Order: sequence, then C-alpha cells, then structure tokens
Amino acid sequence: MEFAELIKTPRVDGVVLHRPFMPTVEGTLCLTGHHLILSSRQDNTEELWLLHSNIDSIEKRFLGSLGTIIVKCKDLRMIQLDIPGMEECLNIGSSIEALSTLDSVSLMYPYFYRPMFEVIEDGWNSFLPEDAFKDLEAMTDEWRLSEVNRDFRVCTTYPPLVAVPRDVDDDTLRKAAGFRHGGRFPVLSYYHKKNGMVMMRSGQPLTGTNGRRCKEDERLINATLRPGKRGYVIDTRTISVAQQAKARGGGFETEANYPQWRRIHKAIERSNVLQDSLVKLVEACNDQSHSMDRWLSKLEASNWQTHVKEILTTACLAAQCIDREGASVLVHGTEGTDSTLQVTSLAQIILDPACRTIQGFQGLVEREWLQAGHPFAQRCSMSAYSNSKPRHEAPGFLLFLDCVWQVLRQFPCSFQFTEQLLVLLFEHAYASQFGTFLGNSAAERVRLSLPEKTVSLWSWVNRPQEIDHLSNPLYEPNSLVIWPSVAPQSLLLWEGVFLRWNRSPRCQEEAHEEMVHIIEYNKELQNKVNSLRRQLAQLETQEPPLQTP
Amino acid sequence: MEHIRLPKAENVRLLNRLSPRRSCVGTLYLTATHSIYVESETQVRSETWVLHSLICRLEKQVNTSTGSPLLIHCKNFQVLHFVFPQEQDCVHIQASLQRLSQPEQYEELYCFSYKPNVDEAERKEEWSFLNLKAEYRRLGIPNSLWKSSPVNQSYKVSDTYPAELYVPESATQQVIVGSSKFRSRGRFPTLSYYCKDNQAAICRSSQPLSGFSARCLEDEQLLEAIRRSNPRSDFMYVVDTRPKLNAIANRAAGKGYENEDHYSNIKFQFISIENIHVMRSSQQKMLDVCELRTPSMANFLEGLEGSGWLKHIKAVLDAGVFVAKAISEEGASVLVHCSDGWDRTAQVCSVACVLLEPYYRSLKGLMVLIEREWVSFGHKFSHRCNHLDGDSKEVSPVMDQFLECVWQLTEQFPCAFEFNERFLIAVHHHMYACQYGNFVGNNQRERQQLGLRDKTHSLWKHLWDTRGDYINPLYRTDNCQSQGVLRPSTAPYCFKFWSGLYNRFDRGMHPRQSVEDYLMAVREETVQLEEQLASHKEVRGQRQSGS
Repeated sequence: MEFAELIKTPRVDGVVLHRPFMPTVEGTLCLTGHHLILSSRQDNTEELWLLHSNIDSIEKRFLGSLGTIIVKCKDLRMIQLDIPGMEECLNIGSSIEALSTLDSVSLMYPYFYRPMFEVIEDGWNSFLPEDAFKDLEAMTDEWRLSEVNRDFRVCTTYPPLVAVPRDVDDDTLRKAAGFRHGGRFPVLSYYHKKNGMVMMRSGQPLTGTNGRRCKEDERLINATLRPGKRGYVIDTRTISVAQQAKARGGGFETEANYPQWRRIHKAIERSNVLQDSLVKLVEACNDQSHSMDRWLSKLEASNWQTHVKEILTTACLAAQCIDREGASVLVHGTEGTDSTLQVTSLAQIILDPACRTIQGFQGLVEREWLQAGHPFAQRCSMSAYSNSKPRHEAPGFLLFLDCVWQVLRQFPCSFQFTEQLLVLLFEHAYASQFGTFLGNSAAERVRLSLPEKTVSLWSWVNRPQEIDHLSNPLYEPNSLVIWPSVAPQSLLLWEGVFLRWNRSPRCQEEAHEEMVHIIEYNKELQNKVNSLRRQLAQLETQEPPLQTP
Repeated sequence: MEHIRLPKAENVRLLNRLSPRRSCVGTLYLTATHSIYVESETQVRSETWVLHSLICRLEKQVNTSTGSPLLIHCKNFQVLHFVFPQEQDCVHIQASLQRLSQPEQYEELYCFSYKPNVDEAERKEEWSFLNLKAEYRRLGIPNSLWKSSPVNQSYKVSDTYPAELYVPESATQQVIVGSSKFRSRGRFPTLSYYCKDNQAAICRSSQPLSGFSARCLEDEQLLEAIRRSNPRSDFMYVVDTRPKLNAIANRAAGKGYENEDHYSNIKFQFISIENIHVMRSSQQKMLDVCELRTPSMANFLEGLEGSGWLKHIKAVLDAGVFVAKAISEEGASVLVHCSDGWDRTAQVCSVACVLLEPYYRSLKGLMVLIEREWVSFGHKFSHRCNHLDGDSKEVSPVMDQFLECVWQLTEQFPCAFEFNERFLIAVHHHMYACQYGNFVGNNQRERQQLGLRDKTHSLWKHLWDTRGDYINPLYRTDNCQSQGVLRPSTAPYCFKFWSGLYNRFDRGMHPRQSVEDYLMAVREETVQLEEQLASHKEVRGQRQSGS
C-alpha cells in the first residue's frame, strides 16, 4: 500500500500528549495511513485518534534530544506531542506532513471508512432535488424541474435537475447559460409560500465592456415576475468591483436591458480576503498577551465580525425584498458559488421556519451549498493555521455557520438544533470520515462515485441518538419570519468555535445540563399528572361513589 | 412646582433612533417628579415616564425644518429624542427639566415624596430587612480574634466611616486613634471580610499620610495586630489599588503608601486601577459609541477599544482575583486601600467577596454586600451619582463597574448566581433614581442627619418582595459553580460588552427570545404540576382506602 512509503516511523513509545482541558497522557504514538493514534500503555484504550486530514500544519521544536511537535488542527485545536529521540521526531513530523497533504481524493479516508453504526436511512438519498421539488409542486405550478443539465454539460457546477419557470424552455436555458459566469443561469433557490415571491441565484451576466445582452436571459428572469411587478437584483459586490468585472468579461444587469429590475450592490468580500480574515482572527484568539487593547484592536483588524455583519445585512435585505416589499429577488456575485450562497441560504433561515429544523437545515446545506456547487474541496482544504499560501481556500461556509449562530443566539427558542450541529458541520466540512463534503460539485461527486463508495454524514447525523444530542430543548416551532438585529452590539464573537480550545467548556455545559434538567423534569411531571388523571377517571367509572349509610 | 415653566407641550414627536419609522407624536406633561409622554393616535394608551432624578444631560440641538429637537440623556442610559414644533416650548421644557433634574437640596429628592401604600410600621420594618450586625455574626465576628470597637460611635474618629467597626482583638483604642490620624479622612484599617475557614481577613482603609518619610507607630502596630489576627500566616498583603505613579505623586502631598521597611511582615503590592476621572471619561466615550446611529463593526470595536472601558473592568476584576487568591490559596490577610478608600477599595473588596463566598452570589447576599462595602463604608453615592446639583468632577461610575464585574462573572458562571441580569440592572437603576433612600447621602453620618430611615422607604425590601423577577432559573445551590471560590478567567476575550445595560433601551438589539424567561415559565408550570400531582395522589389514596 502506498501509505507505507510515507510512514518512516510507524510507532514511538514514551510520547507525552498535551491537549486543552485534558490531563497529560504518556503512551505509544502510532501512525496509520489516515490516523495519528496515541494510546497509553496502562490500558489499551486509545487516548487520541486524529485524522491526518484534520491537520492544518505542524511545528517542530527541539530541546536536547527531546523533540516536540505542535499539531495545529483545522478545527482550530492545538495539541502537543513530546517525542523522545530527535530522529523519531523528525520522522514522525515529515510523515504527518506528507499524510496530511495527500493530493489524491481516492486516498482520502472516507473511501476506507466502514461505518461502525447501523445505517437506518442512507443520507445520500435523504435530500434529492426531486423530493424537494415535490414540496414546491404542492404550493405552485409556476415552476418545473428541468433536465437540461442532465449530463452536466450546460453548467459543470449545477446539479442534473434544477427548478426554472414553467414557461421557459430548455433551449432558452442553454442560451442564458452561455451568458452567465460558469454557465450558472438563474435558477430557483427559494419560493416564499406566503406571497408567491421567489429568490433566484446565478453567476454574473457576461456583459463585458461592450455591453453584450442576451434576450433569453432577460426572458428567463422576467418570467418570474408577476404582471406589473418589479424585482430586485442583489449583487453581492460593490458597484466598483462589478464595474471592474466587465474588463474580464463579466458585469451586471443594466437598467436599459432589465427595466423591470432594480439593482442593489452590497459589499461582501471575496474568498482570499475572507481567508486572511480567518487567519488573523484565530491568531488574535490564540494570543496570550493579556492586554485588552491588543485583543480588541486585533479582533477589529481581523475584520471577521465586519464580514458577519455584512453577510447578515445582505441576507436581511433579500428577505425584506421578498417578505416586506413583495418582490422577487435574483442574487449573484461573480461566480455565484460563494457570497451568493451565503445570502440565499441565510435569507431562507430568516424566512422559512422549515430551515430551522434539524432535517430542514441539513436540506438547506445540501440544496444551497452542496448541490448548488460551493467548491468545498477547494475552499476547505486548508484552515487558519496553514503555512502555505492560499489558492482557493476561503471560510465562506464557516462564515455562513457563524451567521446562523448569531441568529440562533438572538432567537434561542426558534431552532430545533443547538450550536452543536453548526460546530459539527464546520468540523466535517474541513476533515471527515464521511464523503459528504468531498468534491467541488455534484458532477465531481458523481465522477468520484461518492454515494457508492463512501458514507454520507447525514446517515450518521440522522440516527435517533445523534438527533437527540443535537436537539435544542428550548425549541418551540415558530412559524414567523425572524428578523435578526445586525447592530454591532448584537453580533458576538462565536466562542463555540473560536474560543473553544481556549476556555474550559465546563460551566457552559453545566448550564446546558441544568436547562435540560428543568425541561425534562417538567415533562416527567406532566406525564405523571396525566397518568394519574387517567387512573382517577378510571376509578370514577369503575366504582360508583360509595353510598353513605 | 414653581420650577415647571410649562406643564404640557403638544404635538411633540418622539424619535426612535434605530427604526425611524417607529417614531410617534404625542403630548409631553411635566409633573414635579416625572415627565410623562403620552402617545396620541394609538388604540392602546402608550406612556413613557421619565423620572427627573434620572436625567443627567439635556441637549438642545439645532432647529430643523420639523422643529426644535431636545435630547434627554438619562443616568440609566435611556436617551429620548423629542422634537417640539414650537421652539418656545422646547426652551421652556428644557429650562424646567434643567432645574427639576438638579435639585439643590436633599429634601427635593423623589424619595422624600415617594409614598407607596405602606403603613408606618411596615415602612420601619423595611429598614430592618438587612442587618449588618447579623451579617458580621454570620461571618463569625466578633470572636477571639476580632472585636467590635466603639471608637467611631459618634463619628468622631472618621466622619465617613460607619459607627459599628470591627478591629483586631489586640488593637487598643490608643492604637486605633493613632492610626486614624495617619490615614486620609481618619479611615484607619478595619475589618471588611473574615474567612471562617482559614481565619484570613480582608481589611480596608485609606492611604497612609506617609509623605516621603513619615511613619506612625500606631499604624504599624495596627497592621501587625491585623496580621496576628490570622495566626496561620506569618505575613499579610497590603494592596494599593492605584497605579504606582499616582501613589508616588500623592507622596508630595503628604500622602502615599506603606514603606515595606517600616511595617514588619507585609508584602506590598500595587494593582493599577485608574482614578474616578479616568473612569468617568472612559464611560462617556463608551456611551458615545453606544449612541452612534448606524455604526459599522469597525466604528464600534474601535470606539470600544478607544474608550478603554473593558480594560478598566478587567483591572477591577484582576484586583479582586488577586485578593481572593491571597485569602483562599495563601491563607494570608489583605489590607486594601486606594486614596480615600471609598471607590477602588470598595470595588476590590466587594469583587473579592463575590469570588470567595457563595452567599454573596445569592440575592440577599449581594444586597448585604452592597450595604456593607458601599453604603456603610461611605461610598459617596450623592457625589458619584450626582443626586444634587454639584461638582461634575465628583461624578464617576465606580459602582457601575462593580455591577458590571458581577455581570461579567454571571456570563462566565451561568449557574453560580441566584440573581439574573435584571436584578443588577434594577440595582443600577435605583442607585440613580432616588426613589428609595438607600443610596442618598455620602456616608452613614449624613444619612442619619437626613433622617432617611424615618422619612423614606428602603429598596432592599422592595426588591426582595418582587424577587420572582430576579431569579436565575439555572441557579442551583448544589452545583459546583455555586459552591466554593470562583476562579474566573480574566483573559481579554472573556470580557463582553454589556449591551443589556448600556443599550438597555434599544430593545431591538437584544435577543428576541429570552432563554431565562422561557425557563422561568417552565419552572412555574412545574410547581403547579407538583401541586396537582400531590392533590391527585391524595384523592387516589382516599379512593383506594375508601374502597
């Protein structure tokens, strides 16, 4: 097997492991093709079982013949391994580096992983576009499922099935695709049942410097407007960025060609800027130089909270256009695979109560991120500690999760899941035993045979015990639109991710347990009272009241 | 009444800063104690009451096409933005409020006219709700090491200290009086908190009048007596809560700090907490940030950093942690002082007490602590809260900072406190509102002269009677957070901006659903279920034994 060549030293004894909030352990370090394992010699239980793909970077230090490797993980945890022997340490270090940066997808752990649990429902079939469309069909007949992208020829990053206006034929779609970045012609993202308004998403129009137009594209999006109604185009870029895009063949919808649409520009940053922001934020959180000024200025300089605010603000705007203005919306940026998806998915969290359930949220991630072609493999190949220069890496999905957490914090009773689900998705997007986040698009997932060869994350999440663990005890279904506040005072740093390894979780866990206890005890009493009532009612009917003599 | 130049202004607009669409039109009425704004054109009568004692600043802005704007800034951080159609109305209202919000005499304060429906016997009862003597007894004082001293019975030794003081058993009258002459305002070292478990004590005082070389035998003897009252430790800490430079500067004025060479077995320590002037301007800067109309994230974070506010909160908490550690881990007694010993000293002693003892994390415990460390030891509430028209340089949010420290701790230890955020905000509100007599006056002697116990009501009983509103549902006495010493992290990222207080009236900024309220409702239902269960069981028992 190829892995053996990369493992110079498979096993070292007397290694000491230091982890946040856990006692130090001494034991034997073993390297396998996919894991770094440390087990203490006293008993045979594994103390650490770390996926190589979770390792972002390592740092080696030497003190005499004692070597130390600091392992920095993509989930932002840092662990320290003290390894006796300089050679062993160097070997382990270079093996980890090689194993954690494997290029070939087929060597990834999900292809080797065999589930240790019973798969009740195969997650690969849990959120099929045709099923989602059935729900839509029940509400309206204005839309149809098109197979124009059956073989991924019209758009390489779209799924084989997309929802489009009923009256627009596939030929028009093909032509509109030629006019949109990456072939991403406008498709349905969300249908607002309350007033029949819709949210669509696409890539930028390829107007270029000479103002190209495309009648089919115009017809396609106009087909979504009710007679006499206007729609909004939300361009996630600033006007100047959108102008500059013209020089590279891109552009935006001009008033002249799209008279029924009002364009609004927002300022969501592009990938490389976001990656830089993440690196700075994590560095600030790990800075132990205890000065308040330094912390606040580094937090500010990272701009992370600014991005959170901007993304949420844009999502609120989209939701407002639909719910308050009663207008349909088209959202796009440049490619339509990053900021566009942040906005369309968050707007649905705001508008659609179904997206706030455990199943519904998974469906949203599947629809608006995985199927919609967010390039997870590229975006999540490195996290905040990576030393190499980022190429396509960006924490767009993490920012989305952060925004969801902000809304959840403001509406703690309106979500069926807790923060734990968001943290879990963050972890698995960056490193996982499941195949869900491998590949960059639906087409790639088919080519890689992921559904056949790997297990879906949803298969694991949707088991009763896991659902139980992720359920929010405070949840009370809330059918309303929920408008989050985007004032800076209302947006906090997401401690559950960014301070997770710096602060002991004990007190917060105790609070959660107490909350569960209060609610469980109440339910228990309700059951007792109900059963007693039934008993009493039975006594009543069985025995007629005693006659007094 | 003679101060009201215009009792009523009509067609006044009240602007909503966050959502201008929610602005409304109504009538503003001025009474002797409150301004009342009544919205017109609404189905439900909607009123906004502003207590005049809560007004801290009136800001008349330049006239606009819609009228004359008047901003009313309140001490509880409410900002009301009125626009008057007639400039004349605006001028009269401003002048009236200026006078009404800045009484010249104590007797004008609201607490002297506040008459709830309570009879005289009950009113008297209110004042005996808290009893500091009982609190010292709870701590085990007096005992063989500490005694009550009558030395300040008539406020002769220190006019800003309480009458009832506790000193080391071996401290003679002569030593105490001698020491008091060597301390600012006669505030000699005296007992603040005694740890029953290990006999270590927190004492407090003002700075010594040491200048460059002066020393005082009695003061040295008193410190030695304090150290010896803790038989298990062979040293004690003296904590000066001022920045070292400030303390050194004080030496030129004949004041200063303890010289380690003159006092045997002391470890001297500076802990830099800034003075009242720095804190005042810091809070103002922070409030300016809070009031920005549509701040960007960068505006907000830069402004927050620039204000230095969280840095100061961290300094106070750090100092409290230092003292708590000395007591609980080293078993050493600590003398805490600053300059006069009524601002930073009160902060540090009371924060340390909250960290050390679970009792002070209960509803009644925090009341007792505030009563002892702040009210009885002469924190100058009248000056710091600007109850009367006075010197603006005396105003400072010292007590705000203590309440915020407690709030920061409740965020770190969500199960450790019996009370919730609302309780801290209520205390904050009443400290400024002067509806109750508790926080009126600058020290015990003044309060006695004002006859507050005879003429006004006490806040503590009122808060206790309404305690249902102030209970933290997650609090459990058997939880390990509620027991023992709290060891908070004071890393900068552990400090949050307290929007619940500083943006209290910007309701749109706060979480729209409250976990706490939800849990309280569940708990109330649980109590009812328990009762039902008991009564059903009883009925079943009767049926079964009857059959």
